[in-house]
Amino acid sequence: MKQSLIYLLLFAIGVILALFGWIPEALLKDDISKWILYGLLFFVGIQIGSSKNMFTAVKRFGFKIALVPIATTVGTFAGVAIISMLLPERSLSDCLSVGAGFAYYSLSSILISEFRGAELGTIALLANIMREFIVLIFTPWMVKYFGKLSPICAGGATTMDTTLPIITKYSGSDYVVVALFHGMIIDFSVPLWVSFFLSL
Amino acid sequence: MSTKGSQRLCISIFSMLNIILIILSGVVVGYFVRKIPQVKYVGTIISMIIMLLLFFLGVSVGANEQVVKNFSSIGFDALIITLGGTLGTVLCAWFVYKRFFKRKDKKS
Repeated sequence: MKQSLIYLLLFAIGVILALFGWIPEALLKDDISKWILYGLLFFVGIQIGSSKNMFTAVKRFGFKIALVPIATTVGTFAGVAIISMLLPERSLSDCLSVGAGFAYYSLSSILISEFRGAELGTIALLANIMREFIVLIFTPWMVKYFGKLSPICAGGATTMDTTLPIITKYSGSDYVVVALFHGMIIDFSVPLWVSFFLSL
Repeated sequence: MSTKGSQRLCISIFSMLNIILIILSGVVVGYFVRKIPQVKYVGTIISMIIMLLLFFLGVSVGANEQVVKNFSSIGFDALIITLGGTLGTVLCAWFVYKRFFKRKDKKS
């Protein structure tokens, strides 16, 4: 929660500085940002490759555990596809690329703004931050009515870090490995799905 | 029009492959360096790069009049997309939980 507020604050400072024209022209050219982005993706890969929780989780729950990230992916895409009918001015693939952020707002918004511009990038940032906040706020209610997997699937890529404490509290410590495994798989899939929908 | 479209498609597929290759090489490197204690700083490096890039995203939003003017409709669209995605996911999770996970909970 604290980290997402810091991210949001930095974004807001950038907006304000640019609104008042306090940014030198040279910084507005964004050829560098693509290389920084590629560096970021490389480090995300290192983080995924060096974590150890994957195999213990599979051993404990068996291959049934693979159903959890599948449910997240299928449910999100189906829900976004249906609700995108309310937004006729946005194309289905644009909506799906925003949904494919799975609450990983930093990476998805940066990828999307790099390839589709600042407007859709901002939508991705806001939409995916909202998704994280929904989980942080509504987890007790979700577990009560929709079972222990619901905050894990709703949490998307954040279930291995920011939303893990609240999931542990309400779904129980048995589900910690599920949340870690799920977060890792979704984490890895975010850049793939986002770039896939952007290429359509 | 159609040549422009196919050109854009080629560029996108190229950058998608690029992205996949970069992440996969990171995963391979990460697997081999996982026992080195300095690996724990990777998380810090990632958040610092993200802060930098989000600051620049903010700058390009603030410098883009079109986005500034439509900010409230952008926020509304974001909310709609998130509600749809989260609701769909929660329903799917409910189904998988009832069908595959719940029984095991009761036994243990």
